[in-house]
Amino acid sequence: MDETAPKKMIQVEGLERRFPTPDGKGQTQVFGEVNFTVAEGEFVCLIGHSGCGKTTLLNILAGLDVPTSGHVIVDGKEIDGTSLDRAVVFQGHALMPWMSAMTNIAFAVESRWPGWNAAQVREQCQKYIDMVHLTGSEDKKPAQLSGGMKQRVGIARAFSIEPKILLMDEPFSALDALTRGSLQDELVTICQATNQTSFMITHDIDEAILLADRIVLMTNGPEARVCEIVENTLPKGRTRSDMHTHANYYPMRNHLIEFLVNRSKTFAEEIAADTFDPLNPPVVRPSAAVSEVGAPSVSTSELSATKEKRAS
Amino acid sequence: MTLTLNARSAVLSIALFIVGLFAWHAMTYQPVTGPVATVLSSDELGELTSLGMSDDDITHYASFGIAFEQLKQIAGLGLSRDLIEAAGGIQALGISAVNEATEPAPGSLFPTPMQIGTALWDAVSDPFYVAGTNDKGLGIQMGYSLARVTIGYLLAALVAIPLGFAIGMSPLVYKALDPYIQVLKPISPLAWMPIALFTIGDSEISSIFVIFICSLWPMLINTAFGVANVRKEWLNVAKTLEVGSLRTALRVILPAAAPTILTGMRISIGIAWLVIVAAEMLVGGTGIGYVVWNEWNGLRLDRMIVAILFIGVVGMLLDLALARAAKLVAYTE
Ligand SMILES: Nc1ncnc2c1ncn2[C@@H]1O[C@H](COP(=O)(O)OP(=O)(O)OP(=O)(O)O)[C@@H](O)[C@H]1O
Ligand SMILES: [Mg+2]
Repeated sequence: MDETAPKKMIQVEGLERRFPTPDGKGQTQVFGEVNFTVAEGEFVCLIGHSGCGKTTLLNILAGLDVPTSGHVIVDGKEIDGTSLDRAVVFQGHALMPWMSAMTNIAFAVESRWPGWNAAQVREQCQKYIDMVHLTGSEDKKPAQLSGGMKQRVGIARAFSIEPKILLMDEPFSALDALTRGSLQDELVTICQATNQTSFMITHDIDEAILLADRIVLMTNGPEARVCEIVENTLPKGRTRSDMHTHANYYPMRNHLIEFLVNRSKTFAEEIAADTFDPLNPPVVRPSAAVSEVGAPSVSTSELSATKEKRAS
Repeated sequence: MTLTLNARSAVLSIALFIVGLFAWHAMTYQPVTGPVATVLSSDELGELTSLGMSDDDITHYASFGIAFEQLKQIAGLGLSRDLIEAAGGIQALGISAVNEATEPAPGSLFPTPMQIGTALWDAVSDPFYVAGTNDKGLGIQMGYSLARVTIGYLLAALVAIPLGFAIGMSPLVYKALDPYIQVLKPISPLAWMPIALFTIGDSEISSIFVIFICSLWPMLINTAFGVANVRKEWLNVAKTLEVGSLRTALRVILPAAAPTILTGMRISIGIAWLVIVAAEMLVGGTGIGYVVWNEWNGLRLDRMIVAILFIGVVGMLLDLALARAAKLVAYTE
């Protein structure tokens, strides 16, 4: 990211979160020295293993939790608690089961614009219900909706308040591959149409490659670190059906798999051996051009290539 | 079996009712015994024989339970049995049994189903009569009890639900009040009666107070539990939407905790209805509990049983009403 880049929407600086140990005597650091940014209109994904502190990090960004040290600056101001500017799609759908799909969304819309009359609220809700293709299911309770439909209501609720930033915590992880695919497509369309600044947590590599402009890699907890930021080398406008035909798809994918399978565990050694600077985690651009040969095991060479570039 | 479960259970219920009714009838039925035969000494027998009465006639007339003097009178007439019979029997002669066995008075024996049926009909056909301070219709007495329960119960709800909210939302309040709740909760509501009578004096208000106290705990504890266990996610949703605390309480916490609160309210109404009967027995004056006590003292077991039956039916209706209310606020996750 250089100075000509668009305005930074989220700046995470030296973020650390500790929790008291179960015996109450000491503290364990879930993660520390976390630095990254999200630009306006950018889509950033965070990948990491279960338990590395992804939800904790997202909760801090949402204002639901406070960091032990460090800052989160949103739109130039340090955050202080929750805000209607930052909408959250929760890991579970978190719909109120006693409210219909419409009422769940209306609850958010009424909170955002308390002065609106019923007709205005209804119109806004309908717009986003239609957007996630739930027309006709407005009056159903969450228990009467399928898992994918519930998640759609959750997404519609987050979008309906027209937030500056959308924070999503593994929104599709509980869904089957088919439903997940169609929801990902919808999300791409919506985010591009609204130029939505988005930060999303995921386990799914393909999901990250499809959606993200940049991917933040987090090592295993406790004491997780952001070890690397991967820039997506696939062109914009990629779709689920064509992205795997692009030459950069396998370098991207292999790099991410290599990280999840091996490097996320052994990163501590990399820190010790290398000149790792947590303030400026290395930025990697895996592409076929850098490593045409031996695609399956490219990541290390790529990494060194990029690092050399950075160093020079 | 092609009948539905409901139909089969109804058949079984009715069968049980009939069997129970017969068993009850068999156990309580006392045939109205006829006159007890007069026991004659050998002297008396001899005297009757000497007046010309056959042994067979002596046994026959003695079976009416009439006195020896009257037997002598019949013997003295010298009329044949057929003739007396034709004239209209010994009653026509102005002779009647002296040691007639009487039908047992109601209350001296356990009432039969028929007697209960009669008492029930009396109670249902005129539930609102007033024939004196101690003699009022069952409907009126039930009204007294229901009024006491309603007032005490609503007051308890008015205190328990807001207080339960505070306890559920604030660990500080929870910790501070917990010891009091733990000690006060297990006290039998009737143990409060003397204190209430002493401090309040008025027996009417005292029984309302006892209802208040016994309804309080289940509602308080369930409200606190329901409120404290509202899913964190829903609260987080409200937080990220910057919803104010009053709106969060009304739109998120209250509906989320409502099924648990209603369960507490249902337990409370059950306890309140149990306690009002006992309280009214103790305090006396009016109410269905007093009716039970009063009929027992008057040995009108039939009417007492009808009152007990009414207690059961009204208790069931109260429970049913709250079950309905619980259904309205229920949700499936
Ligand atoms: N309130 C808390 N108190 C103590 N420890 C906590 C608390 N919340 C989270 N943790 C710990 O922090 C770590 C990270 O939790 P977190 O929920 O952020 O993981 P995650 O990366 O989101 O995992 P997953 O992918 O399974 O959702 C875990 O080890 C968890 O035990
Ligand atoms: Mg998580």
